[in-house]
Amino acid sequence: MLLYILKRIAGMIPAMVAISILAFTVIQLPPGDYVSTYAAQIAQAGETVDSAMLNSLRERYGLGENVVVQYFKWIGGIVTRGDFGDSFEWNQPVTELIWGRMGMTALISVLTLILMWAFSLPIGIYSAVRQYSITDYVATAFAFLAMATPNFLLAIVLLYASTMWFGVSVGGLFSPAFENAPLSLAKVWDFITHAWIPIFVLGTAGTASLIRVMRANLLDELHKPYVEAARSKGMPEGRLILTYPVRVALNPFISTVGWVLPALISGELVVSTVLNLPTAGPLLLQALKSQDMYLAGAFILLSGGLVLIGTLVSDILLAISDPRIRLS
Amino acid sequence: MPSNAAPNTKPVLTVKNLAVEFPVHKSVVHAVRGVSFTLSRGETLCLVGESGSGKSVTARAILQLVASPGRITAGEILLDTGSGELDIVKLGALGRGIREVRGRRIAMIFQEPMSSLSPVHTIGHQIVETILLHEKISKEEARKRAAALLDRVRIPNPEAALDRYSFEFSGGMRQRAMIAMALSCNPEILIADEPTTALDVTTQAEILSLLRELQRDRGMAVLFITHDMGVVAQIADRVMVMFKGEMVEQADVFDLFERPQQPYTKALLGSVLKLETPAPRPPRPAEESPIAEISDLSLHFPLNVGMLGKPAAYLKAIDGVSLTINKGETVGVVGESGSGKTTLGRTLLRIYTPTGGQVNYWRGDGVEVDIARLSKREMKSLYSEVRMVFQDPHSSLNPRMTVYQIISEPLRTNTAMSEREMRDRVAELLMRVGLPADGGERYPHAFSGGQRQRISIARAIALRPRLIIADEPTSALDVSLRHQVLDLMRGLQDEYGLSYLFISHDISVIRYFCDRVAVMKNGKIVEIGDVQQICERPEHPYTQTLIRAVPRPDPRLRLSAPA
Repeated sequence: MLLYILKRIAGMIPAMVAISILAFTVIQLPPGDYVSTYAAQIAQAGETVDSAMLNSLRERYGLGENVVVQYFKWIGGIVTRGDFGDSFEWNQPVTELIWGRMGMTALISVLTLILMWAFSLPIGIYSAVRQYSITDYVATAFAFLAMATPNFLLAIVLLYASTMWFGVSVGGLFSPAFENAPLSLAKVWDFITHAWIPIFVLGTAGTASLIRVMRANLLDELHKPYVEAARSKGMPEGRLILTYPVRVALNPFISTVGWVLPALISGELVVSTVLNLPTAGPLLLQALKSQDMYLAGAFILLSGGLVLIGTLVSDILLAISDPRIRLS
Repeated sequence: MPSNAAPNTKPVLTVKNLAVEFPVHKSVVHAVRGVSFTLSRGETLCLVGESGSGKSVTARAILQLVASPGRITAGEILLDTGSGELDIVKLGALGRGIREVRGRRIAMIFQEPMSSLSPVHTIGHQIVETILLHEKISKEEARKRAAALLDRVRIPNPEAALDRYSFEFSGGMRQRAMIAMALSCNPEILIADEPTTALDVTTQAEILSLLRELQRDRGMAVLFITHDMGVVAQIADRVMVMFKGEMVEQADVFDLFERPQQPYTKALLGSVLKLETPAPRPPRPAEESPIAEISDLSLHFPLNVGMLGKPAAYLKAIDGVSLTINKGETVGVVGESGSGKTTLGRTLLRIYTPTGGQVNYWRGDGVEVDIARLSKREMKSLYSEVRMVFQDPHSSLNPRMTVYQIISEPLRTNTAMSEREMRDRVAELLMRVGLPADGGERYPHAFSGGQRQRISIARAIALRPRLIIADEPTSALDVSLRHQVLDLMRGLQDEYGLSYLFISHDISVIRYFCDRVAVMKNGKIVEIGDVQQICERPEHPYTQTLIRAVPRPDPRLRLSAPA
């Protein structure tokens, strides 16, 4: 088991290298660089552009150098010193800008994932066991509706509804009073009252598709011979279903972490922008627009890392739950 | 063994006028109609019948395990509990009443040992769970008993086996574990639903002798469901024959085999016994001329390919096989699962490319080619001469094509026939294989298993091939259909001068149909010779074991159970 985990972690290293190269390539792709974007901004503002100053800026950030050299400088700093470079736009080290927001993204994503599981698992099981019952039809109808509704639309509708009808402002993750307050029970409560909206928005479509996944998996298992064999032993029906077919049907369900997490993180960008959340998404969008390359690169790199970790977690969970994976 | 159950003991189970119905669309399928029988302590009652006879449904009804939407609509299932009778029909499928019967008083083992055990729980967990469901003892005691049970069913190293998973065991071992689980609460009745059908014949013999032994030790009543008259002859005290949901005949095993009363029973036994003697065939010519000559053929699959692409070992699927097929001859290949017999057949069609050896083939135009070395394009021209018939007539025919499309497909790709000519040819072929000439417009699902296999055969002979590789063509068919399909294949052989490579695990089919037979084990041919000689005077010890393990449909030829 330990060997299996170590092998998986070792397998992540080349993937991480590939992600870093990809992230760096992506931020290099648009024509021009931060300095040219900056010059355009100045020109738009009606000021004169001093080309000597631009050149000195380029010099300072090493933008004129060979791309490969730039990459190694960038990645070398990250690996050896945990230094992600400086943000041009904010004039601050990227690390200072990013950790809090990345942490919020991770927190929201993990919370959403847990809630998605918590809802979809029992509903999916019920839907399969009572196939074609009223409840199954209701769950199915909800699932299709939820899968078809775009995140941002749901976010806007919720914003509108809570502001217009209930008079509650729901943007952000904290009330202004708690924004910079130290951690306390009251702050956690404040977080919960704000976070449910983005979690709801982010999780709805995923929950719906997970209900369908669980239902389909379980329907495949319910009529397998081992279920009948267990029934012939005299097991009570409820316990039987939870110990046998559900255990086996969980497998594909667990491996959904791998694909749900990336979807959550990219969905989070849109939702956070709409809801004005202090997570990584809006900052990444801004950094990409202004070609703030080290900031954008750090976000892409860390999001990629987060997805890899999600896959690792799902692989480990799978190995724990299924001896066939663990032992072969 | 047979009939030493005292005839006058009170039955432990009495089934009266049982009826099970399955509502399908707007009609109702009567799966079981008015079936009555009794089962006494220490007795083995065999329920025998072909597919769709209702034998499995009857067995499941006794435990209230009939799958929805089926339900018991009439009758009584009376279980003698020692303190009065309990009607299982009245207990319903849920609730405490039936749960106390299941596993505790009546236990069941199933056909598929591969899938009847949970893949994600250890063997020990599943047995201990059964014990704890019914008895108030500690986990440690239950575990001890589980280990003793595994030891009793002769699973080596039982303590360690408890902590292993079903997929770590072979099919026979899984069925043993399943039996141990069924016996864990000392049931009075054991229902065995085709428990050996999925097993190799040597494993089947071991499991049957184990079941007999356990029954004798415990004085259990056994209800044994099977379609195999050979197995019936081996283990039954009494036999009940079912056909289309109804009981045809019920008799002592000797009476049934020697003095069958009902026409259906006679027909069923007739088709079994027909396979016991070889079909008459013309003598082989003195001078044989080969159509294909396999020499030193091997097919090795690399295993555990390491980082540097160097395989740690090879799976020798075919390991130095030499075999000649003569013109107009039927050569059988017999072996258990994993022996390489199917792989051999496929290698001849280059579905797999051999890793060594030759397959010399003499084409219709007299040219000799080596199939092992032909290019894809050269191989293509051979597909009109060498055809294949597969085991499963349900999955080897495309369900979205009409029978005409299926049979005409090889004509379309290999000849320049016009649509009109193809229609005539397909109608002619359909008649030749015993199907209505106008059946071409229908889809395969409109035909029964035996008819579908006839369609497969029509497809195979459409191009007038010279060699047909038949991979278990009768294994999925009921016994009454087997000799019909074989007789058809024999007729076609005489007509077209065909040669067959006939792959089967079933010795009786081989003996009925083949001229010569090769016995395969672990990718090698251990013995090859005339079919009579191999079946009656096998020389190799493995062949002897194999032949001895085949259950003969004659209760007077029972294997004596080991003491």
